[in-house]
Amino acid sequence: MGYPHPSHPKETVVLSRYFGDADARTYDGWVQRGGYEGLRKALGMTREAIVEEVKASGLRGRGGAGFPTGLKWSFMPKEVVKPHYLVCNADESEPGTFKDREIMRWTPHGLIEGCAIAAHAIGAERCYIYIRGEFTEPWKVMTAAVEEAYARGALGANALGSGRRIDMVLHRGAGAYICGEETAMMNSLEGRRGNPRIKPPYPAVAGVFGVPTTVNNVETLAAVPPIITRGAAWYKSLCLGNPKSTGTKLISVCGHVQRPGNYEVTMGTPFRDILYDMAGGPKPGRTFKAIIPGGSSVPIMTREEAEAAVFDYEGIAEQGSLLGSAGCIVMDDTTDMVYQICRLARFYAHESCAQCTQCREGTAWTTRILERILAGRGKQEDFQLLLDLSENMTGKTICVLSDSCAAPVVSGIQKFRGEFEAYMTGAREPAMAAV
Amino acid sequence: MSRQANPTATHGDPHASHEPVFVGETRARLQALYPKYPTKQGCLLPALWMVQEARGWISEPAINEVAEVLELTPAYVKGVVTFYTMYHTHPVGRHFIQVCTTSPCNICGAEDVVRALLDATGCGELGATSPDGRFTVIEVECLGACGFATPILIDDDFIESVTPEKVAGLLERYA
Repeated sequence: MGYPHPSHPKETVVLSRYFGDADARTYDGWVQRGGYEGLRKALGMTREAIVEEVKASGLRGRGGAGFPTGLKWSFMPKEVVKPHYLVCNADESEPGTFKDREIMRWTPHGLIEGCAIAAHAIGAERCYIYIRGEFTEPWKVMTAAVEEAYARGALGANALGSGRRIDMVLHRGAGAYICGEETAMMNSLEGRRGNPRIKPPYPAVAGVFGVPTTVNNVETLAAVPPIITRGAAWYKSLCLGNPKSTGTKLISVCGHVQRPGNYEVTMGTPFRDILYDMAGGPKPGRTFKAIIPGGSSVPIMTREEAEAAVFDYEGIAEQGSLLGSAGCIVMDDTTDMVYQICRLARFYAHESCAQCTQCREGTAWTTRILERILAGRGKQEDFQLLLDLSENMTGKTICVLSDSCAAPVVSGIQKFRGEFEAYMTGAREPAMAAV
Repeated sequence: MSRQANPTATHGDPHASHEPVFVGETRARLQALYPKYPTKQGCLLPALWMVQEARGWISEPAINEVAEVLELTPAYVKGVVTFYTMYHTHPVGRHFIQVCTTSPCNICGAEDVVRALLDATGCGELGATSPDGRFTVIEVECLGACGFATPILIDDDFIESVTPEKVAGLLERYA
C-alpha cells in the first residue's frame, strides 16, 4: 500500500505497510494482519525482558531527540510504589513533520498495541495519548479504535486475558506547539498552562501528576509491536552499516518536490534516494537550493550537504544538521531564504511560552530584525546582532524552543549570506513594508 | 497577521445571562472523565472543549462555571484558557476557518489561499468575522499536514491540498 503514493521500491515498509488500507483501521482487520500478536507475546514476558529486547533492537526516540527507548524505559522504578504513567506524545506540530498523523489515521491499533506493550514494560496501568487539538481526523479514528480495543478485551482490567490492567485515555490538546515538549505536555495534561518544567526531576522520577512517567513519540511506540513480534535481531539488522541507527524511519517530505509524502526507509539510506527517487526530485526546470532535514528546528542544509548525506542520526549530523523528527522541508531555487527564515522565526516567536527571557525576547527580536532586513532597512551590523542573539538563545533556557529558533537563523546566515546582503544593499526589492 | 479572532467582531452579547453548560448530559460526560484523571484539574482542557462545543466560545461566566465545577479559581482557569490558541475568548463566525501558513505551506502558496479565503468569505481581514456572521478566518501555525499543502480547518473538517481555485467550491457546504 502506501499513502498518498504507492510504496517506492527503495522503501522498507514496516510501519507504513498499511497506510491507505482502510480495513487495517478496524480491530479485526488489524488482527488479520498479525496485529495484537506483539501485545499477547509481551504480556507473557517480564517487564525486564521487554526492556532488554527493545534495548537490543537499538530503537531510538523518533520524536526528535533520538534517545534510546529501552534505556528510557529502564529509568522507571522497578517497584511500583506510586502509579506509573505512560504518555504517548501525539502532539505532532514540528513544521515539516506529518508522520504521526498518518500512523494514527491508518494504523490506530498498531499505536494502541505499542502503547499497551510500553505500559506493561514500565509498570503502568494507564496511558494518556495526547493528541494535538487540530488533528480532528486522527482523533476520531483513535477514539473509535480505543473503544473497539476495550470492547474486544485488548484493553481494560484484563488485557487480552492476561489479568493485567491497561487503560488508555485520549487527551485533546488545544493549540500550542510547546506542548510537544514532554514536560510542557505533562503540565497540559494536569490542566495547566503548557509551560515546560525544569529538569531534574526527570519524568521517570516525578512526571505527570507527580508520579513516575515515560513519554514516548507515536512513531517510537508504533515500532514496538514489530520488534516484540519479530525480535530485536531482525530490527537491528535493518541498518545500512551504522549500528547506532537501526530500524526504519518515516521521512516526511514536503515543499518543492514532485511527490510530497511519507517515505519509510532503512536507517542509512542515502538522502539522495529519498529526495530524487522517492519524492521525485525538484519540479520541472528547478533545482534544490536548501533542505531542512529534521523539522524546522534543525540547521538548514545546502543541496550539496544533503546530497552527500546518508539518512540516519549520525549521517545527518556529519553534514552539519540533525535528523530530528525527519520532517524534510525542501526548498528550490525560487525560494527567498530570508523570507522563509523570517517566517520560521515568527513561528517560534508565536509559539514561545514566554517563561524564559532569552526565548520570549529573543524570538520576537530576531523576527523584528529579519523583518527589517526584508523591508530593505537591514545593516551589515545586523549579522552580528542576529548571531549574538542566537548565541544567547542557545543552551540558556528551560527547553530548546529558543535554540530551535536560532538553528535556522545561524545556519541561514552562514549558508545564504548573499541573500541577506541583497536586501541590505538594495539589489533586491523589499519583500515587506517597513514597520 | 492574526491568530486570534478580532474581539470587536462580536455577533453575540457577551453580557447576556449565562445558561449553565454542565447540566444534564454534558455534566454526565464531564463526570465520566473524573476517574480517568487523578485530579479534577486534569479535566480542565476537556471541560473547556465541552464549553466551546456547546457555546462556540468561552465567555467569562463560562470560565466562572468551569472553575466552580472543577474547584479551581476563575483567574486560574482564565490563565489556562488564554494559553491555548484554539479556545475562543470571544464569539466567532458560525464557521471558523484556520489556514496553515508556516514555512512548508508558505513556500507552496499558502498566502494566496489566505487571500482567496478572505475575499470569498467577505471577512476582508484576518481575525474579522464576515458581515453575515458566517465566517471568521485566521492564520495558524503548522497544522501538521505539510505534505498536503495547504491544509485548512473549517470547524472540525480538516481539508488538505487547498488552492485558491478550490476555495469558492469548498465554502458552499458551510451555510
